[in-house]
Amino acid sequence: MFSLLNTIWTVLKTTFRKRATIQYPEERPHIPPRWRGRIILSRDAHGQERCVACNLCAAACPVDCISLQAAEDRQGRRYPSFFRINFSRCIFCGYCEEACPTYAIQLTTDFEMGEYVRQNMVYEKEDLLISGPGKYPGYDFYQEAGLAVGGKDKGTGPNEEPPVDVKSLMP
Amino acid sequence: MTDTFHHLVILFGILFSVLTAGGLLIWLERRLLALWQYRYGPNRVGPFGLLQVAADMIKVFAKEDWIPPFADKAVFIIAPAVIVIVVVMSFAVIPWAPGIEVVDLNVSVLFVLAMSSLGVYSVALAGWASDSKYSLLGGLRASAQMLSYEVFMGLSLMGVVMLAGSFNLRDIVEAQEDLWFVVPQFFGFVVFFIAGIAETHRLPFDLPEAESELVSGYHTEYSGLKFGMFFVGEYLGIALISALTVTLFFGGWKGPFLPPGIWFGLKTFLFICFFVLIRASLPRPRYDQLMSFGWKVCLPVSLVNLVVTGAVILMRATY
Repeated sequence: MFSLLNTIWTVLKTTFRKRATIQYPEERPHIPPRWRGRIILSRDAHGQERCVACNLCAAACPVDCISLQAAEDRQGRRYPSFFRINFSRCIFCGYCEEACPTYAIQLTTDFEMGEYVRQNMVYEKEDLLISGPGKYPGYDFYQEAGLAVGGKDKGTGPNEEPPVDVKSLMP
Repeated sequence: MTDTFHHLVILFGILFSVLTAGGLLIWLERRLLALWQYRYGPNRVGPFGLLQVAADMIKVFAKEDWIPPFADKAVFIIAPAVIVIVVVMSFAVIPWAPGIEVVDLNVSVLFVLAMSSLGVYSVALAGWASDSKYSLLGGLRASAQMLSYEVFMGLSLMGVVMLAGSFNLRDIVEAQEDLWFVVPQFFGFVVFFIAGIAETHRLPFDLPEAESELVSGYHTEYSGLKFGMFFVGEYLGIALISALTVTLFFGGWKGPFLPPGIWFGLKTFLFICFFVLIRASLPRPRYDQLMSFGWKVCLPVSLVNLVVTGAVILMRATY
């Protein structure tokens, strides 16, 4: 009986306690920088697309919401001819970001993606591509991958070693 | 002529304010409950979310009014009306202020008790007519609970009636000029309030509609405005029990400085808030605990209270 009264009194004492609710549209919640929100495609320091259309993100995606088509330009750079993410399927697990070898696909802190028409949830490449490098400034896949592309020869990039002569026995 | 007009104004004024209060209580409960759960509750529609009531009403009106094909149609329709009718009838005898009441009945305490007993029909019939297992269980629980708590609800009031020497609520309020009856009749008040909570089947005594086991009990099959009637009836029941508690134990409209109607409203409001506070804090007992608490604790307490009050009154009369 007294425990019941004590309960009532304890609840009554919390009357002027600060409320836990965040009044969302006016009051913004804190979003951590690693938040898994809207997916973007980033560009490297030279303003070129990072995506090399390797399809690893599409393979990693557990709900198959990513689809893309690989293509190659005259310089030998691979790029996606289209890149489509169906955000009405996306579960924002971030596996695509983990799978990406070139830091091209990244998840951002944006989460306000409501739409009235379901078709508008399908984002094409021009909706996904941003102008900057996203979370990894200064990273350029082709400068480090040891690949001959667009006038740059094998092993001449800043973080590359010259190619090994496989026909010689010397170390 | 002017007398009739005066009565009509009072009648419709009370009816209007009671029904408005019943609607606003939905908002009040949600806000208060939110307050005690560190939330805000409905605060978007209109000032302080007050228009939430209007939004809810529109929603309830627009809902499909579905009567299950297996239900007993006539009884199914009557049941939600019964609870609202009996509660509004009970409000007829409550004195709001000197001269402001619908009827000055000389057995108004008995009238209120009779009306709240009739309220059992609403839930029992609703549970019965729905022809669904959850509704039936809820209806059975409701009738058993309300009948057993009805017993000592009446008994706990007899002490007040003895002290005031009248069944008339107006006389009872007048008899509290010097001392509120909550002081000499403290146990009567506690038992009456507990019985009142059980009578309105509010938490923690909401076993007839225990969501965790009975979906929503006797109104499982109800939708639309019929469901709304049950809700309005429940909230009006809260207001009624609060108003009765104030009238019987807390001096009704009596109080310094402020006009009597304001005092009555203020005290009633506090008790309504207390109802919500109890809902916010207490868990629901098991059904057998509810029954044994009623018969083994509340009934003896109210009987002892009755005997002791009678003895004290007799002693005073003799010496």
